[in-house]
Amino acid sequence: MVMLETKNLGISFGGLRAVDEFNLTVNKGQLYGLIGPNGAGKTTVFNLLTGVYAPTSGGFFLEGQSLAGKSPLEINRSGIARTFQNIRLFKDMSVIDNVKVGLHNAARYSLFEGLLMLPRYAAEEAALEKRARELLRVFDLDGEREYLASNLPYGKQRKLEIARALATSPKLLLLDEPAAGMNPNETAELMETIRFVRDEFDMTILLIEHDMKLVSGICEQVTVLNFGTTLAQGETSAVLSDPKVVRAYLGE
Amino acid sequence: MKTRLQRLLPLVWAIALFGVILLLMVTKVLPRSYQQMLPTICTYIIMAVSLNLVVGFLGDLSLGHAAFYAIGAYVGGMILRYMTAIPFGLRMIVAIVAAAVVAFGVGAAFLYLVRKLRGDYLAIVTLAFGEFVRSIVKIIPGTGGSAGLTDIPTIAAGAFPAKYIKAFSWSYLVMILCIFFIVNLIRSRHGRAIMAVRDNAIAAASVGINVSRCRIVTFAIAALFAGIAGVLYAANTAAVNPADFDYNVSIEVLVMVVLGGMGNIGGSIIATIILVALPKILLDAAQYRLLIYAVALIAMMMLNANPRFVSFKRRVGEKLGAKFKSLRKGRA
Ligand SMILES: Nc1ncnc2c1ncn2[C@@H]1O[C@H](COP(=O)(O)OP(=O)(O)O)[C@@H](O)[C@H]1O
Ligand SMILES: [Mg+2]
Repeated sequence: MVMLETKNLGISFGGLRAVDEFNLTVNKGQLYGLIGPNGAGKTTVFNLLTGVYAPTSGGFFLEGQSLAGKSPLEINRSGIARTFQNIRLFKDMSVIDNVKVGLHNAARYSLFEGLLMLPRYAAEEAALEKRARELLRVFDLDGEREYLASNLPYGKQRKLEIARALATSPKLLLLDEPAAGMNPNETAELMETIRFVRDEFDMTILLIEHDMKLVSGICEQVTVLNFGTTLAQGETSAVLSDPKVVRAYLGE
Repeated sequence: MKTRLQRLLPLVWAIALFGVILLLMVTKVLPRSYQQMLPTICTYIIMAVSLNLVVGFLGDLSLGHAAFYAIGAYVGGMILRYMTAIPFGLRMIVAIVAAAVVAFGVGAAFLYLVRKLRGDYLAIVTLAFGEFVRSIVKIIPGTGGSAGLTDIPTIAAGAFPAKYIKAFSWSYLVMILCIFFIVNLIRSRHGRAIMAVRDNAIAAASVGINVSRCRIVTFAIAALFAGIAGVLYAANTAAVNPADFDYNVSIEVLVMVVLGGMGNIGGSIIATIILVALPKILLDAAQYRLLIYAVALIAMMMLNANPRFVSFKRRVGEKLGAKFKSLRKGRA
């Protein structure tokens, strides 16, 4: 079953064609890699898929539903969640509150029920607390739940962003360089966690990564972007040994 | 997470404090001039705590909080003045509800219109809005124009100290309810959404928070409480005048919020008490002035020699500095 499909997706910033004719099919439950040199347009693809930018051409579909041109809010509610390359946590909030913001729409109590602390508020808050801690435990962050998010070490901040994204119960998770700034040990551990998330949450994951070991270790398929265009696409090991790809990475 | 019972504990303290102050009033231990000041403190606390909602929790800079104070004072003042068929207690409640509704509506409409603006731009527009409301009020029939609305029946009726006790009781009760609601708001999922928008609007939208609506509603709720504070003002002073609501009032309240700490409700309350009461206390204590200076100086030196206080001060300073910077940048 197809989870995400993009059709000739593209965007120009003034004269710059940042992404051009981008075609991608990700099946449900797949772990898919998006790689390419710096400035290739990978993050821009994520920004298109999450409504930060509206595409200037083409479109994309989540389980067949067209989402091009929708706002970030609508797209998240339709089932796409993401992390950011330059971490965007709620830094003056506690770790657990960061996750609870992700759970905002999982609770239904109204503003008034909250103001008056009515029973439904109490019940749903208790459920949120439980769910948030379950998510934190997956990422080994439960012990730090009362810390300010900005006081977490870098690697844990990246994990917290994944936890927060998962809290919105997405169908598709987009991870933008989740291992950036991590040491090899942390990266190996993160690989395990990503796999665990895919299996345990029955998640479809599209990830951008620089670390080739991580990509070849966990992604079944990859797409290589270069200067906004698709250079190669297919099964990971085949793509990574493609001379075109090697050349793009080594810069000839 | 705290249980609901634990959250109600401050309410118990509030009632205890109420009892203590009442006792001081009845026994006249608290001098007349201070008794007279208590409703003002309550009113300003509502103003500061509600402005903190916008400045500290939502991260938007408002320089026009007095606009909603004025709206509340006029709506409430006119109801108190003209709807004399209703008994006073009930009229107060009608006035509070009406002022809350109008201030909420105007606050929501205002922020809806300027929702694209942030940071300095929003600050300037709120400042202008404050002056706009002041001039509009003058041309609405029944407000008394530039001369102001006079002869508003006040809460304080009867002899000393009974009249001040009555004024204080009303003000205190209303204040406690306002704080109770604001604190509950902050601790709800909606409160977390507000802070999320402050910390990172892009990330907030990416997890399904309606950023625009969140800002409008938060601003309107803050306006609502300022409107309620306005009713207290009208009901305590017997006269309201457009000059009572100029931008100095907004700035004064903003100073209370900044001094008390942005996003810190308890801080807003303490800063307000100090700033409202301090001029009076210092005036009364003129003969002890040098003594007070000396004590303050020694206290400062001792505190500054205490590493825990120094690190506390640094943390607060950093936080404030960062807040100011991001406020100025408009929190992209
Ligand atoms: N908002 C924008 N305005 C103008 N140019 C942009 C914008 N966003 C991205 N770009 C450009 O698009 C290209 C791709 O950037 P990006 O997607 O961040 O690359 P990657 O994530 O692959 O390193 C870069 O040349 C970048 O400068
Ligand atoms: Mg990038």
